[in-house]
Amino acid sequence: MDEARIRSLTPSVLGILVRRGADFAAAEDALQDALVEAVRVWPADPPRDPKGWLVTVAWRRFLDAARADTARRRREDLVDEEPAPGPAHAYDDTLSLYFLCAHPSLTPSSAVALTLRAVGGLTTRQIARAYLVPEATMAQRISRAKRTVSGIRFDRHGDVATVLRVLYLVFNEGYSGDVDLAAEAIRLTRQLASSIDHPEVSGLLSLMLLHHARRAARTASDGSLVPLAEQDRGRWDTGAIAEGVRILQAALARDRLGEFQAQAAVAALHADAPTAEETDWVQIVEWYDELTRLTDSPVVRLNRAVAVGEADGARAGLAALAALDDSLPRYDAVAAYLHERGGDLAAAASLYARAARKAHDLAERDHLTRQAARLNSRLRG
Amino acid sequence: MAKYLLLKHYRGAPAPANDVPMDRWTPEEISAHMKYMQDFATRLEGTGEYVEGQALSPEGTFVRYDGEGRPPVTDGPFAETKDLIAGWMVIDVDSYERAVELAGELSAAPGAGGKPIHEWLELRPFLGTPPTIAE
Repeated sequence: MDEARIRSLTPSVLGILVRRGADFAAAEDALQDALVEAVRVWPADPPRDPKGWLVTVAWRRFLDAARADTARRRREDLVDEEPAPGPAHAYDDTLSLYFLCAHPSLTPSSAVALTLRAVGGLTTRQIARAYLVPEATMAQRISRAKRTVSGIRFDRHGDVATVLRVLYLVFNEGYSGDVDLAAEAIRLTRQLASSIDHPEVSGLLSLMLLHHARRAARTASDGSLVPLAEQDRGRWDTGAIAEGVRILQAALARDRLGEFQAQAAVAALHADAPTAEETDWVQIVEWYDELTRLTDSPVVRLNRAVAVGEADGARAGLAALAALDDSLPRYDAVAAYLHERGGDLAAAASLYARAARKAHDLAERDHLTRQAARLNSRLRG
Repeated sequence: MAKYLLLKHYRGAPAPANDVPMDRWTPEEISAHMKYMQDFATRLEGTGEYVEGQALSPEGTFVRYDGEGRPPVTDGPFAETKDLIAGWMVIDVDSYERAVELAGELSAAPGAGGKPIHEWLELRPFLGTPPTIAE
């Protein structure tokens, strides 16, 4: 049994412990101990019922800790009252846990950390490495998050959108340390999709799969960015694309369109094109119109300007861009691209250079600097 | 979540409001200053926002390649050096606004007379790794 499979049991086991009366923070600590034990013991001695094993070991750990605690008597009373195994609860513990970990009272970084730990079953060390912060800092971030949500009723469901936002943040962190956060976000979203019937959960899962499918082609061997138009489409993961498209189609058929479904539709149109030239930009513009209607986000309008530039030519793209605030992130990069397509290389070169100075990440900055350098040498030669 | 560097400039920024060189402070004032920064770091560790901090010696040296087979040239610090860096702290916070707030707090470390030095801190975002969704 691999580690991911073990971790997939985390939310339901945690739910059972909380349901039995353990407070959330103590249950979570006990479960982490049990998970560490499982990784050690199971390869040589796999249990017949992994979930039952985890519940037993974690509950024992919880009791040990509770006995050592100053609140000993109170907790022992609680143990006496341990409910006998009875009929299943009407609500899904796993789902409750997702809502708790994405609770609006948490800051985004706390919600992300708590979700990875309590729902994802990752250790504090793994999460700290993934986010490149010291383990002590991450431990504090998680324990503060646990304290923040400790008084919140466990079985009350919140807004799905908050959960999706947290999972989307996890996905966007990509890869660092020994944990692939994009893959972890997909796993958690898949698990969520099995607990709740909601078209936007499918939309997000589809979006993640479609983007993840292109990951291998997105960077060159030296780590530099490869723009969509230049990617080797043979390196796209066709299995993930097919699954993403299938999930999206089922969601769209339910006629409850949301932001993630619309974004996934754009991603699907890119994934569908055999070559960059065959991309259906007209349809992509239509989806961006839907997204603008749904979100009214300036970033969406910026992306729409790129699509308009492809569908109707650089002049139309620049006209769409003119309506936007030039302080938007990536505005200069988009303007540079459209100016180059329109033939104004000098303006494009200086806009690329300006975009590079404002870039938020290393690979993007290097990419934009190279674009500026490429145009400048053409202008000289 | 974004990482920021709080850069402490020994010189180079405009003179702070409480501009007395540290060697004219009382030893207690220096201890109070150091303790303030230490407490600040400890508190940020507690909030899950601390990444690291280091102090730098002002004794920097400029080094230059001097051709094949020759040892590097060392020189300086040059007299006209405008911008010495005394140290830094790295934080990991949810927003730019939070980073500004924390930099403001660190700048209020006590100096001569126990009053805040109002030191200028340079706040620089880290360049991260590219987000998965960038197209």
